[in-house]
Amino acid sequence: MTATTTRQSKKDRWDRHASRVTEPRESWGPSAQLAATDTDPTPPALLVEGVTKRFAVGRKKKPVTAISNVSLRLERGGIVGILGANGSGKSTLIRLMCGLLTLDEGRVEVFGHDIVRDELAVKRLINRVSVDAAFFKKLSPMENLLFAARLYGLDAGTARGDAVAILGRLGIAERRVNRPVEQMSRGMQQKVAIARALLTSPSLLLLDEPTTGLDPRSKLDVQAFIEEIRDDHDASIVLTTHDLDEAERLCGRITILADGKVVAEDSPDGLKRLVAERHGQEPTLHNVFMTYTGRSLDDDVEEDGSKDDE
Amino acid sequence: MTLVAHELKASYAFIERNFNLTRRYWGWEVAFLVYSVAGALSISLIGADQGSPTLLLTLMVGAIFWNYLSVVFSWIAETIAVERWEGTLEYTMMAPVRRWAQLLGSVSYAMVYGLIHTAVILVALILFFPQLEVANANPATVIAFMVLGSFSFVGIGMIAAILPLLYVERGAQMTFVLQSVLLLVSGVYYSIDVLPGWMQVLSHLSPATYVLEGVRAGLIEGIGVDALLGDVWPLLVMGAVLIPFGLWAFGKAERYAKRTGKLKRVG
Ligand SMILES: Nc1ncnc2c1ncn2[C@@H]1O[C@H](COP(=O)(O)OP(=O)(O)OP(=O)(O)O)[C@@H](O)[C@H]1O
Ligand SMILES: [Mg+2]
Repeated sequence: MTATTTRQSKKDRWDRHASRVTEPRESWGPSAQLAATDTDPTPPALLVEGVTKRFAVGRKKKPVTAISNVSLRLERGGIVGILGANGSGKSTLIRLMCGLLTLDEGRVEVFGHDIVRDELAVKRLINRVSVDAAFFKKLSPMENLLFAARLYGLDAGTARGDAVAILGRLGIAERRVNRPVEQMSRGMQQKVAIARALLTSPSLLLLDEPTTGLDPRSKLDVQAFIEEIRDDHDASIVLTTHDLDEAERLCGRITILADGKVVAEDSPDGLKRLVAERHGQEPTLHNVFMTYTGRSLDDDVEEDGSKDDE
Repeated sequence: MTLVAHELKASYAFIERNFNLTRRYWGWEVAFLVYSVAGALSISLIGADQGSPTLLLTLMVGAIFWNYLSVVFSWIAETIAVERWEGTLEYTMMAPVRRWAQLLGSVSYAMVYGLIHTAVILVALILFFPQLEVANANPATVIAFMVLGSFSFVGIGMIAAILPLLYVERGAQMTFVLQSVLLLVSGVYYSIDVLPGWMQVLSHLSPATYVLEGVRAGLIEGIGVDALLGDVWPLLVMGAVLIPFGLWAFGKAERYAKRTGKLKRVG
């Protein structure tokens, strides 16, 4: 009974919060009114179409194609996993989704808002957690989180309370929130980074290896929390991970990247069935990964080495 | 909430954050302040040593106002460098904040910080040189030039701020060099007439040159602003050109960084 009540009140608080952020949104600028004019009545949380990104690496050399003609669709309330070897383009794809990189080709839409034409509206709807939990390290988690909250136009008083609640949920005690971030372990910093993203109640949450570097228990905690966010707070989530159990547990769909291209896309079960039927292998995500990324982890190491030699 | 109120809230985020950074790095702040006071004193003492009140005042004005301008400049110029250093740049650039709001926050903090910092030095100098004679000073001129100079330095600061967006490693170093060149050519401690001709060309491009000329004329000779229009209009023009140009260049640099993948640090 009590559990339900707290859960309910938490959800209320979140909803109060989320009502500002979820679709359809109040418009902030002239461009916001142009948004969501597409014919699609309920556009998906995320639509990526034919996206390509190249990086110039030195003057004479040919540019590296980090992402090549990738398309992807995430329905509202879903979790899509992006798997792939190191350097396959996962983080680049996430950066393209949140406008940290410009698109060379293709388009990205977030809840029907075009990411180029309607940049500010999209920015309000998304947040991202990356492997690199970057903070002002001398500042406390609270100061870092309040900075983020203000950037997203949240009320400081409310944000303060929410920050304590979210950090508490992630196992960070209240007495730690006012001490410098640099005094925390990497895993704890990672949790603060997750809290920073959740604080703004994003409708679309981009998680780039959120659990890398966490101990097994913290990993499970964070995974449970991700499920909770999806179920209770109606967030749609993109997740990249190297933890296949995590992908299997959380993701409704999985897209596998190899050298910047989509090589497979299905539900976890669908992918497993595929390797079983087509390749006669045991139906595990491990086999799916090995089959579709077409290489063992040793190959990656070698390739990275040869790249450095160039 | 109106659009402007929303953006001002974001501006305040940068002010509060910079204040928190100042607070957390208080040891450095104290050290830097001691260094600045000592620097200003030791330079002013050259004037005392020469037994020339005019030289003393000239050097003091140089020390104090260069301190103000360079503090304002560095706080703005480091807007991006600090975030690049900490790795938070991507998070800040992702936030739904317009660049002018971000820069407005940085600039406001820089000015307030610069004023306080400079006031401390001023007090230290007044205590150290009680014999100082500023009876015929014209405070209106001094304030006018300080305000005008701030605007152009904000513009230059914004242009310097984008360097770390364009050059991941070298940007902050280039900012540092730019600041040193300004110190050299702006006649901070001497008349620009002693510089070689080609350097004097640069002197005329530096707003600090006009600020220092104006402040000295007002403080030492008590001249009014109306008689110093030759120093006023270059500052007006530079402020009016450099600030919009800085904003525009900032947008360009951001797009360049996003096209070439220069925002990221790791991951
Ligand atoms: N900013 C950048 N500048 C130049 N090249 C880049 C940049 N970012 C990524 N790349 C290149 O793009 C390719 C994809 O990199 P990305 O970081 O997206 O891989 P990833 O799948 O996230 O790898 P990991 O699993 O190691 O995190 C790599 O070849 C990388 O070198
Ligand atoms: Mg990555």
